[in-house]
Amino acid sequence: MSQRPDTQDQAEFREYCRRWLEENRPPAPSFRLPIAPIEVSSEEQRQYLCAWQKKCHAAGLVGTDYPKEYGGHGHKGFQAIASQEMGRAGVPFMINVIGLGMAAPTILVHGTEEQKRRFLPPLLSSDEIWCQGFSEPGAGSDLASAQTTVVREGDNWIVNGHKVWTSLAHFASWMILLGRHSKADKYNGLTYFIAPIKDAKGVTVRPLVKITGETGFNEVLFEDVIVPDSLRLDEVGKGWTVAMTTLTYERGAAEGAGSGGGTSVEEYVNELIALAKRTRRGAGTAWDDAVVRDKVAQIAIRAEGLRQNARRMRIEALTDHPMRIPLQSKVLITELIQDLSALGVEIAGPHASRYLGDPGAPDGGHWPHAYMNSYGMTIAAGSNEIQRNILGERVLGLPKSK
Amino acid sequence: MALTKDLGFGPDEQLVRDQARKLLKDSVPVDKLRTLVARDHHEAYETKIQPASWDEGLWKQMIELGWTALSVPESAGGLGMKTIVSVALAEELGRVAVPSPLPATLAATVVLKAAGATSWLEKIAGGEAATLAVTPESGSWEPGDTDVEARAAGGGVTLHGKASFVQDARKARLLVVSAKSPAGVALYVVPVDAPGVTITPDRIVDLTRDQATVSFDGVAVDAKNVAAGEGKGKAVLEQALPAILTLLAADACGAAEWQLQTTAEYAKSRVQFEHPIGFFQAVKHPLVNVMLAIDRAKSLTYAAACAVDEDPADALRLARMAKAAASDAAAFASDRSVQLHGGIGFTWECDVHLWFKRQKHTEQLFGNATQQRAHLARILEAAL
Ligand SMILES: Cc1cc2nc3c(=O)[nH]c(=O)nc-3n(C[C@H](O)[C@H](O)[C@H](O)COP(=O)(O)OP(=O)(O)OC[C@H]3O[C@@H](n4cnc5c(N)ncnc54)[C@H](O)[C@@H]3O)c2cc1C
Ligand SMILES: Cc1cc2nc3c(=O)[nH]c(=O)nc-3n(C[C@H](O)[C@H](O)[C@H](O)COP(=O)(O)OP(=O)(O)OC[C@H]3O[C@@H](n4cnc5c(N)ncnc54)[C@H](O)[C@@H]3O)c2cc1C
Repeated sequence: MSQRPDTQDQAEFREYCRRWLEENRPPAPSFRLPIAPIEVSSEEQRQYLCAWQKKCHAAGLVGTDYPKEYGGHGHKGFQAIASQEMGRAGVPFMINVIGLGMAAPTILVHGTEEQKRRFLPPLLSSDEIWCQGFSEPGAGSDLASAQTTVVREGDNWIVNGHKVWTSLAHFASWMILLGRHSKADKYNGLTYFIAPIKDAKGVTVRPLVKITGETGFNEVLFEDVIVPDSLRLDEVGKGWTVAMTTLTYERGAAEGAGSGGGTSVEEYVNELIALAKRTRRGAGTAWDDAVVRDKVAQIAIRAEGLRQNARRMRIEALTDHPMRIPLQSKVLITELIQDLSALGVEIAGPHASRYLGDPGAPDGGHWPHAYMNSYGMTIAAGSNEIQRNILGERVLGLPKSK
Repeated sequence: MALTKDLGFGPDEQLVRDQARKLLKDSVPVDKLRTLVARDHHEAYETKIQPASWDEGLWKQMIELGWTALSVPESAGGLGMKTIVSVALAEELGRVAVPSPLPATLAATVVLKAAGATSWLEKIAGGEAATLAVTPESGSWEPGDTDVEARAAGGGVTLHGKASFVQDARKARLLVVSAKSPAGVALYVVPVDAPGVTITPDRIVDLTRDQATVSFDGVAVDAKNVAAGEGKGKAVLEQALPAILTLLAADACGAAEWQLQTTAEYAKSRVQFEHPIGFFQAVKHPLVNVMLAIDRAKSLTYAAACAVDEDPADALRLARMAKAAASDAAAFASDRSVQLHGGIGFTWECDVHLWFKRQKHTEQLFGNATQQRAHLARILEAAL
């Protein structure tokens, strides 16, 4: 996505990224790569993707704008360029998404000097994978009702509770955890921690199977888990404020430490047209049907609209409210992917009944898989209903819903 | 597909837009608009000839501010500003739903620019209102489709037939006429008072515009009336099409923004069940959806405006997208603006009907959303 004109330095960096990506594109693996990092489930996928992130980090395409003393490359305004170029090049995504997109910026804003020096370098290189322990069985959209308890004992805290839908916990060394130190106050009773996961005593990680039949997220149980006070992020009682920092990055309203490749929406739209043109219908193809063409055109308009929103967002004079476009992006992108995948299923017709692994499945079973998987995105990271509340209240100034 | 930096909307462009926004806000408050076009429902819909009320004083001011000269090239006495400036202006006109010949004049300017008709552009820059008379009674918006014939007569040509759906014909001084002959389509500029020209107003839903069927009964034209010679008219109209679509999209975006803000304000003040109705998600979420639709349409509209000047090869794709998205946003904003006002939204007294009606009109001009998408699908296919 385009934005302000590049400065001389930025243009040179962009050129460097392009060249580097051209020369270092990893060979396609023999196994299937998932479409999003939170779906990584096998050890071979993990190894392949960690090696790739490590390489990108070493080359300066990840942690680009982070200070050198924290394992970054000390630039300003370069990360967006690196991420754009990785997207454009269509290289694999960065596996440590929760680390890069949420934990790193949160630690950078709220962490102590020691925390930054200890945690950021292995996070950026993916030597340590991170997960996010916010949601609980009783606390989803209403995150501030989290009940996982943290009780102080000398220099330590004792954690007890149950986190759910925890993506990447099965590979994670660390978790950003929202805990409750006081039941007396819903918001000010929350405190934020970095919790050990891998090999930690009292932590149980159990995979949950998703609608797609794959694993990828987990439930994480804490039984008298000891977390030293040095792993507390910001002050006791400031958990909600810290969580808001995390959520700002999670919902894409700010640039994290890197994101990397994956398939672009434009490519999906082209694949949709290609699918319609090769799916037989009577004597012709699905593309011969004006209704199909209309539906594809609607999707193409939404995809281009998203791209042009990103372009307009940088021009203050052409936006009506500073948060109006940024707060829309999560809803727009997730619903676009959902609807375009559903259209792929519709176009493929009976062939879309064939799933991953069936040799006769169009695009290897991508369409039904992507469609089912898309609900993860419309539910997670603040469901789209919650996003609409936020847009209505913050941008249109409507009264707050309960 | 190179994307141009900043969409070409810099400080100069912003200055013009902001000035327009202020002038229109001050000179066309909603009660003034109501008095102008909707004083009386009998008068609006039942008199023999529907009135076409507009504020000629405001039009003079617009001319003095150079709004008709904005997009006229400097070589023809204009200011030679970018397409995005006219588009921003069109958005402001839509926002206040002002009856004015400016939208029609901006569209005519685009065509005359594509034709290189310098002497006529000079007249527009000087403040003559113009409008396109290029559409047949079938309602086809295809460049070159016309019911007007150009027949050789003596040394010159005479025009015969009718142009339908001519916008703001009763406010315009000049008609840009598309006419066919065995040698192809040509474009002529004809003053509205030329002998043989008859303007028959349509009775239309929209109270903020006028529309007419214009008949040509042997209207004599000579070389000075020719904007594009025989065989050249279709290509000129094709070249102008992206900008025309984009101007209409901008009008719809501006009007939709008014509908959104007005309805959101109403939802904050109208209390039922002990809450302002905007508290209820059945009101809040649709309003958010209207906003999403408007922002998509605006982003595409500015992108299309930018492409007209900087990336003409891609302009039609973006303009079709913009007009489709803006027509959909217009329809949706209109729908919710009436519904969420409840009983009062169903009345003449409530101003939302003025914008609702303007939007219904804009949606159809130069092709509605479905028609745009039918063309777009072919463009996407060809680009694959
Ligand atoms: C793929 C995936 C990955 C995830 N990864 C993580 C992770 O790594 N870490 C983590 O902590 N969490 C994660 N989550 C959890 C996610 O944040 C929650 O699922 C989400 O916040 C919704 O909470 P819930 O599932 O409890 O649904 P609920 O909050 O119970 O919502 C149920 C339905 O009610 C609607 N609803 C709720 N409240 C309102 C309201 N006020 N107004 C209107 N509608 C409302 C919701 O929109 C939804 O449709 C993940 C979820 C998914 C699907
Ligand atoms: C053609 C017509 C004929 C009528 N005839 C009669 C008649 O003969 N006799 C008579 O007594 N009345 C009549 N009415 C009035 C009609 O019953 C009311 O207009 C209707 O009940 C809505 O009330 P309101 O207009 O005050 O809108 P409001 O109640 O103010 O509603 C405004 C908007 O808010 C929405 N809204 C309100 N509360 C909620 C909520 N809790 N959740 C979600 N959305 C909400 C509404 O759906 C509406 O979109 C008539 C109305 C019309 C349009």
